[in-house]
Amino acid sequence: MTHALRLKDLAKTFDVSGGLFGGTRGKVHAVNPITLDVETGETLGIVGESGCGKSTLARMLVGLLPPTEGSIEIEGEPLSRADPAAFGQKIQYVFQDPISSLNPRKTIRQIMEAPLKHLHGMGREQREARIAEIFAAVNLREEFLERYPHEFSGGQAQRIGIARALAAKARILILDEPVSALDVSVQAQVLNLLADLKREFGLTYLFISHDLAVVEAVSDRVAVLYFGSVVEIGPAERIFAAPHHPYTALLAGSAPVVGRELTPPEAKGTELPNPLDPPPGCAFAPRCPRATDKCRAEVPALMDMGDGTKAACFHPLGQGA
Amino acid sequence: MNFLRLLARNQLALAGLIVMALVVLLALAVPLLPLQPPNVTNTADRFMAPFSEGHLLGTDHLGRDLLSRLLHGTRLSLAVGFAAAVIAAVLGAAVGIVAGYYGGRTDNVIMRLVDMLMAFPYILLALAIVAALGPGLLNALVAVAAVNIPFFARNIRGITVGIAHKEFVDAARLSGMGDLRIMLGEVLPNVIPVIVIAMSTTVGWMILETAGLSFLGLGSQPPVADLGSMLGEARAALISSPHTSVVPGVMILIIVMAINLLGDGIRDALDPRLRSGALTRPMAATLVKREGPVPEAREGKLLDIRALETQFHVKSRVYRAVGGVDLEVKPGECLGLIGESGSGKSVTALSVMGLVASPPGVITGGRVDYKGTDLIGAPYEHLRGLRGREVAYIFQDPLATLHPLYKVGDQLIEAMKVHGKGEGAREKAIQLLKDVRIPNAESRFDSYPHEMSGGMRQRAGIAMALANDPDVIIADEPTTALDVTVQAQILALLNDLRKSRGLAIIFITHDFGVVGQLCDRVAVMYAGRIVEEGPTAEVLATSAHPYTKRLIACVPELGEGRRKLAAIPGLPPPVDNLPEGCAFAPRCDKATEACTARPIPLMPFAGERAVRCIHPENDAAAREAAE
Repeated sequence: MTHALRLKDLAKTFDVSGGLFGGTRGKVHAVNPITLDVETGETLGIVGESGCGKSTLARMLVGLLPPTEGSIEIEGEPLSRADPAAFGQKIQYVFQDPISSLNPRKTIRQIMEAPLKHLHGMGREQREARIAEIFAAVNLREEFLERYPHEFSGGQAQRIGIARALAAKARILILDEPVSALDVSVQAQVLNLLADLKREFGLTYLFISHDLAVVEAVSDRVAVLYFGSVVEIGPAERIFAAPHHPYTALLAGSAPVVGRELTPPEAKGTELPNPLDPPPGCAFAPRCPRATDKCRAEVPALMDMGDGTKAACFHPLGQGA
Repeated sequence: MNFLRLLARNQLALAGLIVMALVVLLALAVPLLPLQPPNVTNTADRFMAPFSEGHLLGTDHLGRDLLSRLLHGTRLSLAVGFAAAVIAAVLGAAVGIVAGYYGGRTDNVIMRLVDMLMAFPYILLALAIVAALGPGLLNALVAVAAVNIPFFARNIRGITVGIAHKEFVDAARLSGMGDLRIMLGEVLPNVIPVIVIAMSTTVGWMILETAGLSFLGLGSQPPVADLGSMLGEARAALISSPHTSVVPGVMILIIVMAINLLGDGIRDALDPRLRSGALTRPMAATLVKREGPVPEAREGKLLDIRALETQFHVKSRVYRAVGGVDLEVKPGECLGLIGESGSGKSVTALSVMGLVASPPGVITGGRVDYKGTDLIGAPYEHLRGLRGREVAYIFQDPLATLHPLYKVGDQLIEAMKVHGKGEGAREKAIQLLKDVRIPNAESRFDSYPHEMSGGMRQRAGIAMALANDPDVIIADEPTTALDVTVQAQILALLNDLRKSRGLAIIFITHDFGVVGQLCDRVAVMYAGRIVEEGPTAEVLATSAHPYTKRLIACVPELGEGRRKLAAIPGLPPPVDNLPEGCAFAPRCDKATEACTARPIPLMPFAGERAVRCIHPENDAAAREAAE
């Protein structure tokens, strides 16, 4: 198997400046070192709640944010410098808010032409041919090209966003909450379109979302992020059905499911640890019903759970069962 | 052309535009007019009064024709003022865009320099610049432009900071565009309206400043006249021959007044916030224009909404957001109202207490019966007495509904005081915070909203809704902005409160999972109408309306693994152009001619249910279950 994307110890730390003269008051570890391989043609789902670092990770992967440490390798080539133009030909980004990702003062044609002109230096005729080809693939009519973004519904705008990402001829797409701004009936249209495009163009997806059911439905593998670290990663059909990490279990237990009794899945607080002063051990320990002194002292590494799943937990669930 | 129409609506601005156009035309036509030479002195004819022969406006202290000097001077003053404005706008915008786009240290250095420039009184700075460069009109222009650069730089920088963090700028980077290209191609088009607004409001000021420098003898040099130097030269004869001062003075007044009126008009017409009606204050209660008979209330309901119609009237268009909705809740009952965006669920909820903004909202029909009185068209004082005390709302975004500058506890106390329940309010507020399970309620009482997490804020929002022991709570997507683990806790909390306090809840959402867990009954809305209603379990298990059935199929449910989702093709119809018959028919695969021929009523279906469809799904199964 070839790897579309390999991350080695990729981490991002933000300096928190304080006071008038910009002295550093502390560091926030938005993403702790992550090592991850994504196979070509795979859809890797990334789930986590707000503040877990999923957007920071995504922005590093497309070169919008320089990593503090670690390396990114795309289709076998290392990309060390954060340069969106260099990344853009290989890996593209589909934004959460389809409307605000399109410049309100440009026509759709101008928006679509930008990557073709600046990344591939295509001439006018080549560009027209390429745009026609992509618009056919995402089911958009060519007459839309002369219109402005505000004339489109959310679902159409998201198709345009996807078309722009495809125009760059990137074979890896980072989908950052691509359907969470859309209504459910439109959400399904876009998800199905993404599945068709993947088959047609042999794409690799990183699908970031907070919606477990959506991630489970579209992904081959799922990684669960908590407080900047991958706490569990495994096949989509198993990870929520038989979670090993207590946090994954909490997430799965919190998702609203018809017919399930309404009981709060967790008695303890829902507050994340203070990012300026993280606890020494497992970040989930303060909320975890299974936490022991070991959890509060040491940070657990990802360990193989035996069924293709890895979890970062000293006391995983479902072991020996 | 839309812009011109907006501008013309403001009559003062239109007057300014006309006057300014006349002045500019006159100034442009100066070389063509049969004027006397402006700089030829004739001391024999000095200080001639206006309307003298050959000198319509008289002459000055050197016997020069004032009319000719006035028009030549106006021409010069306008040219210098506009040139200074353009230069200041271009340079200021460039500085502002660079500072705002790069941010960080670049921004800091540039803006501190700009601040230093602003720290000098402007006239002192202009004087210093002219003193360094030497007097002359061109140097005065440079000085006036330089003095005004900071104003533009600060304005444009503020706007650019907002734009530089927009997603489309990131998208442009990923399209391979460099910084310069992004600034010119992506940022600039979005700040041009702001530049035009800033320019239109400062041109007048710059003409005044230029005139001021010329008045002091630092601008235009004799014998060439501009408006300022004419005033300066006339100063000595102010008492003996006032017309020499009055003539240029009146011209300055006319120009600056016209430009300022026009500038205000341009600003109002271009500013998107003003254009969208931010300046029109909504009325205290929604406008009611009911035609036709008011339906009777049903017996034994706490809150009974009958045939409610709410529309938005925007110019000539009528958006039928709510087109005849019937809903009711009993004490202790939770009713789910489910639908996609634009289906009218929020407008229905806001109509209950007359909270739909008017203009443009109008309630055009129906009845909202609360404990036997009709709330639609009720006096504002009556509505105000009920709002929060009997019927309370919980909104989606607690950060937007809590006041950012007041402590959470004080806001709770205020909510109680408004309804005359101020006694022991502090203890009660702390108890409320405990009731919604906020840890350390005593210390959280003194927190500001921004100091709390999203889940805590929503708890505070719920506490506020509970503050006056209402009988009905209308919750409009209260958990949509929250993480799933927090959502689960908030839902459980609402469920407990309803059981312990006998609250009736109308719960608006787009999530079937949430409805399935929390609600006794559910109503599904589509294009402003209820298409299906009934006990939650039955509606979810044997959906009767094709829309309900297919909407449920769209939603992936956890635990079903990887799969292809069923999508509904097409989009809901726009509510300003609804079809005659069933609004879902164009997207429905069961639609027949009868579906589009005439409106479909909401018909009773299998027991306690109702459906607005002539080809319902699950017909047999639902009937069987009902029996």
